[in-house]
Amino acid sequence: MVMDRKIRVLVAKVGLDGHDVGAKVVVRSLMEAGFDVTYTGLRQSPEEIARRARELDVDVIGLSILSGSHMPLCETFKTLRKEYGLENVLWIVGGVVPDEDQAPLKALGVDAAFPVDTPLESIAEFIRENVS
Amino acid sequence: MKTKSPADLAPVINESGIEIKPVYAAEDVEATGGHGRIGNPGEFPFTRGIHKHMYRKRPWTMRQYAGFASPEETNERFKYLIANGQTGLNVAFDLPTQVGLDSDDPMAHGEVGRVGMAVDTLKDFEIAFKGIDLDKITVSLTINGAATALIAMYFAMAENRGYDVARLRGTAQNDILKEFIGRGTWVFPVEPSIRLVGDTILYCAEHAPLYSPVSVCGYHIRESGANPVQEMAYAFCIARAYIDHVLARGMKIDDFASRLSFNFDIYGNLFEQVAKFRAGRRLWATILKNEYGAEDPKSMWLRMIAGGGGAGLTIQQPENNIVRGAYYALISALSGTQTMALCCYDEAYTIPSEKAARTSLRTMQILIEEMGLCDTVDPLAGSYYVETLTNQMEEKIRTLIDEVDAQGGIVQAVKEGRIQDAVSRQAFEHRKKLERGEIRKVGVNCYEVEEEERSVECHPFNAEICTKQIKRLESVRAKRNNDTATCAVRRVLDDARAERNVMPGMIDAVKAYATVGELTNCLVEAFGRYEEPIRF
Repeated sequence: MVMDRKIRVLVAKVGLDGHDVGAKVVVRSLMEAGFDVTYTGLRQSPEEIARRARELDVDVIGLSILSGSHMPLCETFKTLRKEYGLENVLWIVGGVVPDEDQAPLKALGVDAAFPVDTPLESIAEFIRENVS
Repeated sequence: MKTKSPADLAPVINESGIEIKPVYAAEDVEATGGHGRIGNPGEFPFTRGIHKHMYRKRPWTMRQYAGFASPEETNERFKYLIANGQTGLNVAFDLPTQVGLDSDDPMAHGEVGRVGMAVDTLKDFEIAFKGIDLDKITVSLTINGAATALIAMYFAMAENRGYDVARLRGTAQNDILKEFIGRGTWVFPVEPSIRLVGDTILYCAEHAPLYSPVSVCGYHIRESGANPVQEMAYAFCIARAYIDHVLARGMKIDDFASRLSFNFDIYGNLFEQVAKFRAGRRLWATILKNEYGAEDPKSMWLRMIAGGGGAGLTIQQPENNIVRGAYYALISALSGTQTMALCCYDEAYTIPSEKAARTSLRTMQILIEEMGLCDTVDPLAGSYYVETLTNQMEEKIRTLIDEVDAQGGIVQAVKEGRIQDAVSRQAFEHRKKLERGEIRKVGVNCYEVEEEERSVECHPFNAEICTKQIKRLESVRAKRNNDTATCAVRRVLDDARAERNVMPGMIDAVKAYATVGELTNCLVEAFGRYEEPIRF
């Protein structure tokens, strides 16, 4: 019987935003759901995250942003994704994401944007269903 | 104290782990410590209030958090709030400023002027506070990682405007230990960060004795998942860590302790919160008197701002947050806070719009003008429930402080990430309980509205501010005497390396229009950068 490797998730705090309560809750939740989760800690540049994702050969990159700067940061990350060959890695974003930014984020290549109060199980479910 | 609920009533246990009886009586107060511990307001141990007459003499200061975009816009918002009855300023800085980056730093991308005002040099402070009487309207600076530079900037600006810094009032949050637990605007490693806080306390004790250089925050620890007992216990441990550091540098307790202040959170059970503050006041006074030998009653006062808390507010049915804000304001007033600041109803969406900020002010004004909150001191005193709960909360807070001490103290616990882990673990458990419906939250898991139509007028973000701010920064750099600025920054570096107090050098440097980034970089050169411990 072949053992499938666990789905690898990188949860990252990108930029200067210091609100990490949600990111850490998501990390614990995904660990409990059986994923192999790495948390970057605060103050990661988009480049550092892309590099780490490549190094760890992750299946999912999760960016946590609660300062409202998700659009400029995701625009930067979109370019790095290409540069670091991460276009097949599932890209999710969580935090303070207004409804009107859902479509623009998807247009950048974000696979799902989870706003405040997203049920934890739905994040795990999305990952399970979308990691090839 | 053993309690027994009648068989037909489900037990009720508050967040702090105390079981709540259906009915309280005098004997419950007696069983937990007695009526003798209540005391009088303005007298040790200050359970009922730090002043004799409290709001009867003067209502709490209304200090809504405000700031965004560039100093011009922030100055406008300050004046709007003051015109609507705000009595003190509470300055929000953008994230680059908070972590000591200039507006043109690559890591500042997307953040300039977003969550607060962008500040690069003294020039920005000159604009931000233009036309504001700093004696009439005291200013609280919500700055931590970059606190030495911004406090220096405040003093420099005041001096240039003719104020006598020796008589200047105001506050800086400047509580770095809580930043490592929750909030995250740290820059340097733990020990040098404490040292810098010490520098500000020592400097102010000598040169600005009416200024409060530190506001120890239980608030963010609670927001990060701590229960009310942990909020108070960890905050008190942190305050003691600063006190111990400063005493080790030769200060006497009564030389500086009266200028320490606190910042606490308000959401959750009304009575638990009120008891928390009354217990906290009594315990803090006891610690200062019995453990530190303070003799000046002012050193024993738990002077605080209480309000918020953001964690209690919801994205669903945002109008409900106006109601929550009102209840939190009521709790705050019943708890005898010196200053109040409320989170606005659009908290889950964005930084406050004018209307949301105004509604928060009206919330407080209605309490003052229409509801008798200022008529008498500590109106809940003598309540069987509140006095019993106060006694019980005090015991629990004390026990947790002792536990932290027994495990090596708060500084070690923060360095190892143990407090962060405990708090985040609790936030996770809380979230799971919420999702299971064990904790009920109106609009979130009960009384929800399907297909809710949320119309929140959001404060807009102006992306052009960044360009404007960078232009100003370049202009200041071009116009200043670069030699003077460079020398001044060099002196700060030398002082930091030699473990001399950095504040005098900081003030000279900001007067020479050294930037927040330049000053922070030189401290990084001296102290290094914090490396966050990751543990799950």
